[in-house]
Parts: sequence; structure tokens; C-alpha cells
Amino acid sequence: MADVTFTVDGKKLTAPAGTLLIEACREASIAIPQFCYYPGLSLQAACRMCLVRLEKVPKLQTACTTPVAEGMVVISESDEITQARKATIELLLGNHPLDCPVCDAGGECELQDMTFKYGAPESLYIETKQHRDEQQWSPVVFFDRPRCILCYRCVRMCGEGMDVWALGVQNRGVTSIIAPNKGDHLDCEECGMCIDACPVGALTSGAYRYKTRPWEMNHVSTVCTHCGDGCKTTLGVRSVDNGSQILRGDNRDKSGINGDFLCIKGRYAFDFANNDGRLTKPLMRGPDGKLEEVSWEQALQYAGKRLREIRESTGGKSIGVIGSNRTTNEENYLLQKFARTVLGTNNIDHHRTADYTAFARAISGQKDRAASLRETETAPAILVLGNDPTEQHPLLAWNLRTNVRHHNARIYLVNHTGIKLERQAHESLIIPQDGYANVVRFLAGEDAAFPGVELGDEAKKFREALRAEPTLLIIFGSEYRGRDVDALVNFGMGLPQARFACLGDYVNSRGAADMGLLPGLLPGYVSVTQGGAFAEEYGDVLPSTPGLDLVEMFDAAERGELAALYVVGSNPIARYGIDPAVLKNTFTIVQDMFLTETAQLADVIFPAANLYEKAGTVTNTYGDQQLVKKAADRAGVRTDFELMVRLADSMGADAKKLVPFGRGVHADMGQTRGAQSGEADRPAVWLAAQNLEPKLSPFDPFAILDEIQRLVPGYQVSRLELLAGNDVHVQSSLVQIDAGPERHALILPAQDTLFTSGTLGRYSTVLHSVMESHTTKATETAAD
Amino acid sequence: MATLVSHPDEVKVLSFRFGKGATSIDKYIELDGYKAVRKAIELGPEGIIAEMKASNLRGRGGAGFPTGMKWSFVPKQSAKPKYVLVNGDESEPGTCKDRLIFEQDPHSVIEGVIIAGLAIGSKMGFIYLRGEYRYLLKITEKAIDDAYAKGFLGKGIFGSNIDFDIISHTGAGAYEVGEESALMESLEGKRGIPRIRPPFPAVVGLYGGPTVINNAETLATVPHIFRIGGAEYAKIGTERNGGTRLFALSGDVAKPGVYELPMGYNLKKMIYEVGGGIPNGRSLKAVVPGGSSCPALLPSEIDIGMDFDQVAKAGSMLGSGGVVVVDDTVCMVEFALRVMKFYAHESCGWCIPCREGTDWLKKTLTRFHSGGGVAKDIDNIRYLAQNMLGRTFCPLGDAAAMPTIAFVDKFRKEFEDHLDGKPCPYATLPEAALAGV
Repeated sequence: MADVTFTVDGKKLTAPAGTLLIEACREASIAIPQFCYYPGLSLQAACRMCLVRLEKVPKLQTACTTPVAEGMVVISESDEITQARKATIELLLGNHPLDCPVCDAGGECELQDMTFKYGAPESLYIETKQHRDEQQWSPVVFFDRPRCILCYRCVRMCGEGMDVWALGVQNRGVTSIIAPNKGDHLDCEECGMCIDACPVGALTSGAYRYKTRPWEMNHVSTVCTHCGDGCKTTLGVRSVDNGSQILRGDNRDKSGINGDFLCIKGRYAFDFANNDGRLTKPLMRGPDGKLEEVSWEQALQYAGKRLREIRESTGGKSIGVIGSNRTTNEENYLLQKFARTVLGTNNIDHHRTADYTAFARAISGQKDRAASLRETETAPAILVLGNDPTEQHPLLAWNLRTNVRHHNARIYLVNHTGIKLERQAHESLIIPQDGYANVVRFLAGEDAAFPGVELGDEAKKFREALRAEPTLLIIFGSEYRGRDVDALVNFGMGLPQARFACLGDYVNSRGAADMGLLPGLLPGYVSVTQGGAFAEEYGDVLPSTPGLDLVEMFDAAERGELAALYVVGSNPIARYGIDPAVLKNTFTIVQDMFLTETAQLADVIFPAANLYEKAGTVTNTYGDQQLVKKAADRAGVRTDFELMVRLADSMGADAKKLVPFGRGVHADMGQTRGAQSGEADRPAVWLAAQNLEPKLSPFDPFAILDEIQRLVPGYQVSRLELLAGNDVHVQSSLVQIDAGPERHALILPAQDTLFTSGTLGRYSTVLHSVMESHTTKATETAAD
Repeated sequence: MATLVSHPDEVKVLSFRFGKGATSIDKYIELDGYKAVRKAIELGPEGIIAEMKASNLRGRGGAGFPTGMKWSFVPKQSAKPKYVLVNGDESEPGTCKDRLIFEQDPHSVIEGVIIAGLAIGSKMGFIYLRGEYRYLLKITEKAIDDAYAKGFLGKGIFGSNIDFDIISHTGAGAYEVGEESALMESLEGKRGIPRIRPPFPAVVGLYGGPTVINNAETLATVPHIFRIGGAEYAKIGTERNGGTRLFALSGDVAKPGVYELPMGYNLKKMIYEVGGGIPNGRSLKAVVPGGSSCPALLPSEIDIGMDFDQVAKAGSMLGSGGVVVVDDTVCMVEFALRVMKFYAHESCGWCIPCREGTDWLKKTLTRFHSGGGVAKDIDNIRYLAQNMLGRTFCPLGDAAAMPTIAFVDKFRKEFEDHLDGKPCPYATLPEAALAGV
């Protein structure tokens, strides 16, 4: 829309016609107070805090419902306006409990802030305040009615934002209350968005309430460790005896790829980190076959010695390495480098939840075909094949819903079953469960693509509408593997403007594949037979024949041909349903947080840190790379990065070759404060004087990030953006890769729901309690 | 059935069929019924609107917006269906005129709806009746059925090629739904909460279609304008205030009832001549001229003509025409309390100033009236009301604030008399009964 010029408090401003005044003012850094207004949700004009004076209009007007117009003259602060806002706060405080000292929202409360700004120091009433007991609406949502100011943000967030509609308004007048639509409990996805949106302490989190004060925590924005969407979550961390503990996850920051959104896992399921079952001491299998606690030195020396012996006796071919979907890019890169250059093996793999290899192959040579997650919020037409984003990719589902609400996006849904997103779909097509390959042929024009199944006019209408789209974003789940991915991408290439996204399950599933945790492919899907820049960098030690994949490794172990297995943050025994007996003759090292089914079989176990206890980067399933910041700490654990370096060291390898540390100079650390301000940078002066100029440490993941950015195709992204906490889209692969093996069994989608998260989810108390409450509720309903 | 009253000063335009059995469609037709609509079909939309503008008819719901102009705002072309709505959610305390119309002459409303539909090009009307008027629904529904049976509603009405349907509906007992956009929400099956405007109903109304919504009395007047002619109708009233209106005279008068009087009729005359004055030898203390939301007038302020402009000039509003007469035995604090109890009960709760403001006023006035008042309460009551005025989401907040401000300003002494720690000094009822007020 054309720009209009208007005046606010004497300042001339310009904004597109139709922009809401409250938004136009925000752009110009003019703060208009608001309770009920929430960007992106429907307008209410209920709180009357944003009242402003418009020239020639008799009454004060709400800035949240007034579109800017040419020549409009606005006064946003005046005695009259201040008085009106103060009066509103006085009314709200009339029955507000003012229990700020114990309220979770204290210090982060918009009502407090507004009271501070406009002041309502005198109580106008002598009536007794009406107290109501708090209510628990779900394992994670509590409601304190007297604190509620009825801004309806929660109702809209739940309804419009989540399409869950678990909250409503009951009664009228002063007896109006926010209440669950299903009696006494929320029948919902437990996302906690209502709590995030609540401007006061009316809705509080069952996982956090009464635990601490917000100013007693450090707030660290990092990336959620759960699904493949990779939301930014702000973790509230407080010092405790054995480190620093995460007390809260939320999204007050809103600066991440997820914008407003965070699901149950990003918000609450950090609690696995505080689980009592965490390993904090290295374990070694003693002569009696039992696991015993040992010192780090003992464990590292023993593991290093055994690995070295095995490598020297039976060679790298007899060693297998399994990596993780939840470790950082730097760790994954380092793991494959360690495997290939120190252990001398290409037997490296990870739990694959989607066929990124096939996807990389299918789009190789094509530019700009891989879509960022951000595009799902704006693309005009989106085809979603397979998957259930509501359960498995909550942020994707949120983006698709938002896109439909804000931009009337057309969503085309192909699935073998009814999924919740159908409610937003422009067209839906239900196909047989084994029909995902067929449907591509059907969409490409083959009417008889489903043998023995007559597709009706609806299906043809779906196809016609889809093919008429001038641009299309194609998102596919792990239903597509191997050649089916090629077929789908080929179909898309035939459309005018198609871009693609492949859905995998965990925070760094994509990163694990991108960083070469694959037997035949180096980082960036460079074939081990070619080696490319890696051959040059790593030297002759790089083995050039593809190794064993995950399933083949266990087959080899069963045949007695796998002498050693190094498992980093993975639980293949349980996930792939492998008979534990196959590892009886394999020397197994496991790095993990918990004594998982796989760890129980290990000879040496190293207690590992999780994603919230380390720094680095991760790449979500769409190829958006983000910075992971260290939030928590736990005495007794080490990062996987450090463990790999120390293991290499204990094998006698040169750590400096593995991690190019020590190359940095002081200038790499950025400009000093002294240079900028003219003041002496005293710590730097002291360090220089003591000949202790800071050097990068061998445990510094950024040394590896340097190498990733230097060597891995597609990862030459802006370091500044990354360090600023922004997501950067890695470029799609331009290298030609060999055809990978067509083994569907290797790819094992996690089939997680909103309330599960692989092995890790089992250690989350919140996820357990939520699942339990949902099971109980379902049973009760069934009994009705 | 209400007992009808009459007075020689009445000009019976709208009420001329009252008491003549016009609920029967045949009787209605015999009394020149359904002639106006035939005339309107001939005139066509532009002719109808011109006639309406000539009549100077102003909306009888309270705001007094010129009806012809309102209809002319509806866009001629619309992708969505257009609708005519009858606001029969008559709930303002002191007002009971629409009730008589539905009871005595329901076909005049139906005929008015059809004419409005012809004017804007709508094919469907809704008659929305106040929830508590459920007994009127029977009469209305019978009238609608009879009109269908005669071919006045349905396909090809009156032998023309025009279709028109009417559906009746009752509310669930909410004053708030008398606000036009809240009424539309309610009719759509949602909570009765007003909508954000703009867009106005003429552009985006019921189910998103352009909608004309008029008070029942307004639409019942429409056929009469075509019966006697717009210009003739305008001559009856004062300048810019065409015609007559139904005044519901209640309270402390000898002959309360609904009287049809020309716009601009003198209020003092209305009370002392039409209403027969204050009974039992008492004297006048105050008059609420247009329903409970209108500021009360003192006896010295009532020598005015009852039209929108003159009453506004006197500092009050003509409102919905409910004239409430208050004699010297009434405690004005109690009156203020009763009014506020009503608005606190009827506030929809959507916006903070109205939801919280009416409740705090009710609480403060309750305590104040029963002897618990402190000096600062008096200013506080006024301050609370002043803070609602013009700042609420819909006019309900104003409706509660305006009379309250007037009560404090005009009867401050009565408020001060409550301050000695005893319950109401004006009480005619025993102390125990006051708690229940």
C-alpha cells in the first residue's frame, strides 16, 4: 500500500496506509501502552490503555484499531491521556491482589510496568478484595483469577494462534472470567503459549511457579534440543550446588526463528537435564562385568589405549562410530574427522530420521532450491506431503496456520490420514499409506498412478489447483526416501517456481548429515571416494572407500568383525531394536547423559553434557544454522567435543591437527575496549604483560566452526549473523554426490508426538506428567 | 396485554391502529395496512430513500440518527447478501414503547422491514426481540406466518418479482445486545459483545454483509410515512425532528402510560397535563427524560420541547423516550444506586473502564447508601464515572456514567446528608430493607 504521512506528538512519520497506529508508533520508537493488543492476533480494543487523541475527533481513540491516514495528527501523551491510563490502572488494581512479592510475574509484569509508569498510588476503595483460589488447569498451566485483567490474549493465542480453542470467556460484566472450555481442565497441546502471552501473573507455569525470582536467573537464548524445527528458547538458569540449573524455558525474547512460538518441549522439556538419573562420573566395566565409577584419567587412558590397540591390530575397518542428532555441528564435524583421521575408519553413521542424502543428491547442482523455515510463514502456496507437523514440527504447523491467517496462504495437504492441519488446508488429499510415491506420479499427470484405486474428481481438482500455483513450497516428510525423493524433486522442478524442505526429527538431524556422519559422505555430502578439499586438509590418513552404515556395523559386530564401537549421544540398541548380544565381543565406548539401553552394554561410559550445557551451532531440518549458547552447567560432565579431543589425545593423536587451536591472535578476539574508548583494557594489558595472551583452546568449538566455514560446501554463512543469535540459511549443496545405498530400513523416523522426544524425552518429568494426564483424561472421556 | 391510555394532545400516527385488533392481518389490511409497501415497490430504492429523507425521521433507539441517511450509506453493489435488522431488544429502564408496537401492531414492523429491504436491495430481514419479551414472539411469529400466507413475504412479494424473507429471534437477556453490533454478534450465535467500528454495519454487518439496523419504533413508523407522505410527517414535529414519537411516561405521575406525542412536545406539559401531574400532593424532584442513561433534569429545567436537539441543549438526552418522573419522597442516592446496579449487571465485561467502573460504582454506592460512606466517596463516585465517560468500548459506559455525574452534581446535598454514618436519611422503608436495594 502507498505510504501516508502523519504526525505523532509533533514528529512527522511515514508508514504504509492502513498500518495500525500502534504499530506505526512502535516503528518510530513511540511506545503506546497496551494490554489487550498483541501483534498478529485479532484486535480487541478492550483494555483502553492505548487511547490517544486524534485531532478533530471528539473522543480519545484506541491506537490499536486506528489505521494511519494521510495528514492524521496524533497526540500520544498528554495530561488527559495520562489521566485516562492512570484511571484504567486504578480500576484494575481495585481488586488486584497486589501479591507481587510472591507472584511469578513480579519483575516481568506489564501491569507492574504500567503502574510504575502512570502511577496509581492511592487506593480509592475500602471494599474487601475478592479472593478466589487458584486453579490448576493442566500439569503445566495454573490460573490465579484475581490477578487476571481480562486482556483475552490467552484466549486468542490458544484459539487463533494454536487453533486449539481450549480457553474461553464465561459470564459477563465484572464476573467475567477466563475459563477452560472443557470444564475444569485444558484440552490442549500444552504449549504454554497462554502463559507467555499473559501480561500479568494470572497464568503461571506448573514447571516454574514459586521456584525463583526472574532477576535471580541468568537468561540465555539458545536452541531447543528437541524437534527438527530448532526454535530459540530462553532458558532461565540459576546457580546451584552442582553447577547451574535450568529453572525455566520461555520465549520472552521472541528474537528467534520461532517468533512468538514455543511448544511444550521447548518450554518445559529442559528438565531432563535435572533428572536424578544423570551420569556424573565415568564408568568402566570391571573384571566382574559390573560397571564401576572410575576417575576421568583412568577411563580416558583405558579407552584410548584399547582404541589404539584395536586400530593397530585389526585396523580402522574394525571400528565403528555412531553419532548423534542432538550434538552440535562442530561436534559432529569433529566426530567424523576423529573417526576418519584418528581411528582411520569410514564406519560412521547416526540414527537417520530423514533421507537428507537423497535430498542433497536430488537437488545437487541446483541453486536456491532448499527453503528456509522462515519461508513457511510467507509462501503463498505450500504442499505438505506426509508428516503431521502439529505433532512432529510444531513450529512449522504454527507458521502454516499464521500464514493462512495473515496472508491467506493456500495449503495443499497430502497425507494417508486426517491430520489437524486439514482445518487450514486449501485442499486435502487422502492417499493410501503406501501411496506416497504414487501420488507424485499422479500429481505429475499420471491418472492411473494408484493401481486398482479410482481417484475421484476431488483428487483431480486438487491436482489442477496445485499445478496452477505460480510458486510452490514443497515440504515432505520421511515418508519420502531414496528414489522417491528424486521423483518428488523432479516433479517440483517441472513446476514454475518450486522450493523444497525435507522434514527430519531432531534439532541437529540435518546437521549430522550435513557434517558427514555418513559412511560414504564427508561433510557437505562430498563423496569419500573423491575427498575434495578434505583430502587436502586431512592428508593421506583419510580412508577413501565407503564404510559400514549403522545397520551394517551391528551386522559386522554379530559376525565378530567389529572390534570397537564408539557411540556419541545415541541409543541405537533401543531405537533400532538391536539384540544386545551382538555387542558382546565389541569394545564399546558410550558418551551419554543417561544409562541408556546402549550405554548399559558399554565397556567405558563418559558422562556427557547436553545441548543446553555447551556452545556451538546446529542446523535445523530446513538448513537454518543457529548459535547454541551454554546456559546450564553440571558438575561432573564434559561436552562431547572435549571428550573427543581428550580421547584422541589419550590415543596419542595430535590434538592440534584435530582442532586447529592456537592459531588465533589477540586481534581475533575483536577490538578491545581500550582501543574503542581510549581507556586501557586492563585485563588485556595484564595478560600481555604476563605473556598470557589469550589463545583459542583445544576445546573451543569455534576453532572447528572456522574449519566448517572454510571447508564444508554451503556453510560459508555470515559469522556475524550467527553470533548475533540470528538464523542463517545454509546454501544448498552444489556438489555432485554418488548415489547412496537404497536402504529404507536405515532411515527410522522417530514418530514422536508433541509429548515425546526419543530417548531423551523419557527423562523429562514434565513430558511424563503431561502424557499421563492426557491418558487419564482420554480414559475418563471414554467412560462417559 | 397492556392497558392503553390516551390524551387529547396525542397525534396518533404510529399508534392509530392500537387497540383495534390489528394483530389480525385482515384487520391490519382493512386499516390501510400493506398499502405503503406497494407504494414503495413502485417508488423503487431511490424514491424510498428520498421519501424517508423528506420525513426527517430520526432513529428512535436513542441516538437519533436520520433514518433516510442511514439507509443511503448501504452500498448498492455487494458480493455478500444485505440484511435488515429490527432492534427489538428494548431494555432501557423506563422504556416500554416497542413492546406496545409488537403487541398491538406487529404488521407495521413487518411492513417497515420490507420497505427498508426494498430501499437497500436486501432479501432478508431479522426481527430481534428482547429475551424477556418472549410472549411477544408468539404474536410476531403469527404475524410473519400470516404475511407469508398472503404472499407478502417469500418469493415474489405482492406479485412483484422481488423476494423477501423475515426471521424472528429472541435474545438471552442482555441489555448490551441492544447495541447494534452486539445484537449482530448475538444473532450470529456469539457472545453479545460489540464489534470494533469502523467498519460500520452499513458496510460490514450481519454475517459480514451490508446491514441496516433500526429500532423497532423507527421501522414501525416507516409505513406510516408512506401512508401520509414524508413531507406531511415532517410537518408534525419540530425542525430536524420529524413526526411523533411514543413517550413512555412512568414513575410518580397520576396517569402513567405510553403516549404518542409530536416531537418537541413540552416536557412540563407532558408531566402535568398528559400525565395528570404528581399524585398524592407531592412535589416534583427530578425527571429522567429518555430512559435511565439520560441525566436527570431538575424541576427548573423541564420547560423544554421534547426533541433530540432541545433536550441535548438542556444537558440531557431524548434517548429512547422513557420519561421517568421522580417525586420528593425518592432518595436520589438510592436512585443512583439502582441505576448503577442495572448497568453493573448489564455490562458485558469486555472493556476495563465499564466492567470495573460500574462494579466499583455499585459497590461504593451500596456502602454509601447504607451508611458506610466517607467524605471522599462523593468525589470518588463522580471521578469514577468521569473516567468511564467517553473511554469505554461502547456507549454502555457512557450510559452508566452520564446519569451518575448528574446525580452527584445536581443532588450533592443528598449525598452529603448520607455522611453521618447512618443509613439513608430519606428512607421510607425500614433499615433492613435497604440492604436488599
